Amino acid sequence: MIEMQSVYKTYPNGVTALNGIDVHIAQGEFVYVVGPSGAGKSTFTRLMFREEKPTKGTVLVNNINLSKLKERKIPKLRRQIGVVYQDFRLLPKLSVYENIAFALEVIEESQKNIRKRVMDVLDQVRLKNKARFIPDELSGGEQQRVSIARAIVNYPKLLIADEPTGNLDPETSWEIMSILEEINASGTTVVMATHSKDIVDKMRKRVIAIEDGLVARDEHRGEYGYEA
Amino acid sequence: MMNTGVSTVMKLRTMGRHFREGSKSVWRNGWMTVSSVGAVTTTLLLVGVFLALMLNLNQITQEVEKDVEIKVLLDRTLQDDQDINRVEKELKSISDVRSVKFSSKEKELEQLIESMGDEGKAFELFDQSNPLKDAFVVKPSDPTETIAVADKIKSIKGVSEVNYGEEIVQRLLQFNEYARTIGLALIIALVFTAIFLISNTIKITIIARKKEIGIMKLVGATNGFIRWPFFIEGMLLGVLGAIIPITAVVSGYYYLYYKLRDKIQFEFIQLLPFDPFAWQLSLLILGIGVFIGIWGSVMSVRKFLKV
Ligand SMILES: Nc1ncnc2c1ncn2[C@@H]1O[C@H](COP(=O)(O)OP(=O)(O)O)[C@@H](O)[C@H]1O
Ligand SMILES: [Mg+2]
Repeated sequence: MIEMQSVYKTYPNGVTALNGIDVHIAQGEFVYVVGPSGAGKSTFTRLMFREEKPTKGTVLVNNINLSKLKERKIPKLRRQIGVVYQDFRLLPKLSVYENIAFALEVIEESQKNIRKRVMDVLDQVRLKNKARFIPDELSGGEQQRVSIARAIVNYPKLLIADEPTGNLDPETSWEIMSILEEINASGTTVVMATHSKDIVDKMRKRVIAIEDGLVARDEHRGEYGYEA
Repeated sequence: MMNTGVSTVMKLRTMGRHFREGSKSVWRNGWMTVSSVGAVTTTLLLVGVFLALMLNLNQITQEVEKDVEIKVLLDRTLQDDQDINRVEKELKSISDVRSVKFSSKEKELEQLIESMGDEGKAFELFDQSNPLKDAFVVKPSDPTETIAVADKIKSIKGVSEVNYGEEIVQRLLQFNEYARTIGLALIIALVFTAIFLISNTIKITIIARKKEIGIMKLVGATNGFIRWPFFIEGMLLGVLGAIIPITAVVSGYYYLYYKLRDKIQFEFIQLLPFDPFAWQLSLLILGIGVFIGIWGSVMSVRKFLKV
């Protein structure tokens, strides 16, 4: 699914965020990415959907070489990958329904198919009753569920989440985690950067720890490994 | 499985979506919209009036131009055909001369008598001793060159007199030239100002929506998908700006053509007929409005939407 070979990333301002990363993630895995802040976790995930390009090295996603991907092919790649952020990134003026439908409008789906599919994912994230609300009228947890619904509406094989529970209280975080686990159980690969010791230690998955732009640890059913 | 390809041909519903987004933006931008529509309105009003004037002036001038001819009277001493042929050859060798036609003094007299009607009968006395001269009628290929051509003709040996239309014709031709140049320059300047104002409005839309545009790309929107609503917005601003000018020009021309025409007798001025001219002019104004709008949005999208 994801293959990184000696990947380096130096930003234009001279900061080196990744310093030679080798990682292989198989289809269907659930992976936590942990590490101190500024270690390069976000950069690592952003390489996977061509938000950033590696300075050196190869990034393969779904057998597509992202360093060689043409600019105009990026939208097509993004439609095969769901992305969830800490700050939700919803379109503020659109309703819950419209936010999710947007991901299908860009591929010119018919309104009929869109309606059916959006209702399905809203059901999946248990938000069917809030379809007409706008993001500002929702709690943080609800907004994050909308953003997850939008991320999976295109049946992506890969879901990338950068600290999806970072802005949420513990109880809401667990709701989000159970949804992510369901998505993973249906076959979608999940890569999640997180700072939550609680979650990583209780819901055991593969853990990749990044420190100073290098893979410091890569363990099956690993632990968080840092102080909370 | 759903279609995830980037199709090259946009579906109708997608176009509908871009239209909705573009119009929402026109509505949301409030005063910015009002000011750029105002700029387009002013521009198109002036452009419309200029165009109506210029096209009519052009029409009148063309009518007049058709009649422009230079009459070359020959010395009475020029008797034999050889001399006359020589003058004809020299006339034809002048550049900017389209046609040269000989008119004998007999024919000249005939024409004179005819043009005078009943009073002309008096001249019939001259039949025996014709006081007129043999002449050539020369048509310049470019009527604005009449004076230059006439000057050249004057220097030909055997030419006694050169007459060309009244001075007013020359003035009209000159005036038309100036009006065309100044009118076009003004129109272009106005159009560019309006384009600039529209591109400014769209720029503000784009900047206000920078974050949203980033989110759209995250979800897999193509650049085209993001740009289209901005093009539509620009086009709508252009169309909105054309409404008042079209109404004004059509009703103004209607008044001029039907009402004023009855009151004032235009002697030789024949206005272009209201139907179809007013409609053609409306279409032209609308076209320029749309052009201004689209160009304005293309400019700012290119500059501020480095997607
Ligand atoms: N867009 C960027 N431009 C310049 N430097 C950046 C950018 N994004 C991140 N960095 C820098 O790269 C390093 C790694 O950042 P990041 O990947 O966000 O780490 P993490 O997510 O683990 O906190 C940090 O030093 C950060 O300041
Ligand atoms: Mg981060």
